[in-house]
Amino acid sequence: MDYVTQEKYPLIDKKELSDVISLHLIYAPLIARKAQPGNFVILMKDENSERIPVTLVDWDGKDGTITVIIQSIGKSTAEINLMKKGESFLNVSGPLGTPVKVEKVGCVVGIGGGVGIAELYPIAKAFKEAGNKVISILGARTKELIILEEETKKISDEVLITTDDGSYGQKGVVTDALKELYNRGEKINSIFTIGPVIMMKYVALTSKPYNTLTYASLNPIMLDATGMCGGCKVEVDGKFKFACVDGPMFDAHKVNFDFLTKRNNAFKDFEKKSLEDFEKGHKCRIGLH
Amino acid sequence: MNMNKPKRPSPAIKRNEGRHQNPQERIKNFEEVALGFDFNEALTEAARCLNCPTKPCEKSCPVNVKIPEFITHLYNEDIQSAILKIYETNLFPAICGRVCPQENYCENACVLREKFGSVSIGRLERFVADWARKNNLLKLPRCEKENGFKVACVGSGPSSLAVAAELKKKGYDVTVFEALHEYGGVLRYGIPTFRLPREVINFEVENLKKMGVKFIKNVLIGKSILLDELRKDFDAIFIGTGAGLPSPLGVDGEGLIGVYSSNEFLTRINLMKGYKFPEYDTPVYVGKKVIVVGGGNTAMDSARCAKRLNPESVTVLYRRTKTEMPARAEEVENAIEEGIKFEFLTAPVSLEGDENGKLKRVKCIRMELGEPDSSGRRKPIPIKGSEFTIEADVIIAAIGQSPNPLIQKTTDIKTNRWNCLIVDENGRTSIEGVFAGGDVVRGGATVLLAMKDGKLAANAMDEYLKTRVKK
Repeated sequence: MDYVTQEKYPLIDKKELSDVISLHLIYAPLIARKAQPGNFVILMKDENSERIPVTLVDWDGKDGTITVIIQSIGKSTAEINLMKKGESFLNVSGPLGTPVKVEKVGCVVGIGGGVGIAELYPIAKAFKEAGNKVISILGARTKELIILEEETKKISDEVLITTDDGSYGQKGVVTDALKELYNRGEKINSIFTIGPVIMMKYVALTSKPYNTLTYASLNPIMLDATGMCGGCKVEVDGKFKFACVDGPMFDAHKVNFDFLTKRNNAFKDFEKKSLEDFEKGHKCRIGLH
Repeated sequence: MNMNKPKRPSPAIKRNEGRHQNPQERIKNFEEVALGFDFNEALTEAARCLNCPTKPCEKSCPVNVKIPEFITHLYNEDIQSAILKIYETNLFPAICGRVCPQENYCENACVLREKFGSVSIGRLERFVADWARKNNLLKLPRCEKENGFKVACVGSGPSSLAVAAELKKKGYDVTVFEALHEYGGVLRYGIPTFRLPREVINFEVENLKKMGVKFIKNVLIGKSILLDELRKDFDAIFIGTGAGLPSPLGVDGEGLIGVYSSNEFLTRINLMKGYKFPEYDTPVYVGKKVIVVGGGNTAMDSARCAKRLNPESVTVLYRRTKTEMPARAEEVENAIEEGIKFEFLTAPVSLEGDENGKLKRVKCIRMELGEPDSSGRRKPIPIKGSEFTIEADVIIAAIGQSPNPLIQKTTDIKTNRWNCLIVDENGRTSIEGVFAGGDVVRGGATVLLAMKDGKLAANAMDEYLKTRVKK
């Protein structure tokens, strides 16, 4: 194999999935070669960007491409979503994190919330390919934030959709749909959930009485993402773990979600300032209000 | 020629400690604190050297820089010869001249030390390196014809850079792999700009590139590429992955917001340039009251970085006394001048926060020194009933690092109980053709010892490869 440095990482294709969510196809052959479900990458658009962790949605070892889907939630994500096809990231590193162990277990339920739907997709797909029955529950605030519906249908035996405002699927939250599965007597062997911390917390609380193995993909603040700084510490089973190397997927029944919520607020004031400064220069273009 | 320079030797001239940025000014910037010598100051200091035939300074230098000889060239105003003389044994004098603890090595051995004060050897080395760089006196070292053997260096810190330089000179095809997005390892993420300006690191890396060393960023060996894969494609491998895993304080409240490892705090500032927020996107929070725990150089770097972010106070807690501090005396003095407070014989016992999970107070305990422990230093023992509480918004733990565990986790390679790679006296690990050095072996030492390990391993790799057939 040839070892050459990649000075930049071209954005080969880009699709806007909603006002605030974009799909990015990036040329990164060393990452595509080794990626597995549950891996993430670090993106830096420019020299002065943050190192942003993003879960891989798809990859193609032959073409050397990786796919990520990003929702604009702060300056860095908004800035990435404003990039155009043909532009390049200065740095992409990965695949990082411990991949999900994919095996035949029976029935697997994937629960994705918001942009977590995208991050759930490769995991659900892998479990389907491993011969499992896959039920996907997709939840979002409103219809336009439900993404990858068609793709998810292709790799699922059943897809349930919930929206907070009832604009699509059933009105309610993902845990309502999960309860229905339990109520109808569905035998669930394991659950994978990716999305907002509060959603993952309630998924864990819902599956706990049934003792269903439940895994949540945690999204703490990260810096180097190589196991070096400890900034991404999470509390699992009363012990600290580094999400970047030990995770990001952990046994949801053992995760202290409140700890994660608090720590994710560590730089809130800075993030607000960054976004305000950024929005001043990009009025009405990124769909953030 | 400078006709006014003192005759050599003039040992009685007062040792020159170099000029420094004024403390009140420097705490407002991240520019270099030590300003070094100008040309005349360098000549005067060089004139102090006795040019001892026994060369105690050179013998005590871990990489045996030819100190009396380079000082002689410098005194003769032949900087070109001086730099070449240094280059014979050390390719990174601008780095070593700044961060090597000379007081423990060459300057400790200098025969002038007791009577007049040692020659300022470190500052002279730095002067020669800086002068040569700024005046384009440097020619790239001559590299032997390519021999076709491929060598990989894992990590781009000081030990790997030393291996790369040595082996490239010997004609090997060298590739350096770095996990982060910039090269230099601990020189980049750990050591602040006010001790080691980035132009110095960039210059050294660029020179290696010009010599033909290949650098690959954003590649984490053990993840992006496994060590076993590298072994198929390279004839020999050097592991210089450093000691990047921070030791936790091990007290209640470690998960509060405002609790940093020194690694996180320094990386936010040094690598990500968080001190330039919002021009740079990575934030760094210090609040009003900062506590740093530890007595080493990393603790001093953390405290001095924090000070430059303008909090009300920065206080260092150290469980022993000033005498036992592992930090360089010069850095401790710099910190004191910058208004950093010290609480000696003090350790944190628990951290308390508010309802939002933010650090508010640190409960501490006073210590006294007991019998010497295995390190030879007197062991700190808590004094019962001496607990007290101090307010704090941020606490930075700078109490040591252990090796980055990734390669150890993903490879069958022998380690000791601290997870350091085990090597023989030539830097050989338990895997054939795989060598290691620096902090991944030592578990947290100095830049200079890492470079020394790198040189040693490079020679052993050369010997090893001479017996091998190309892959």
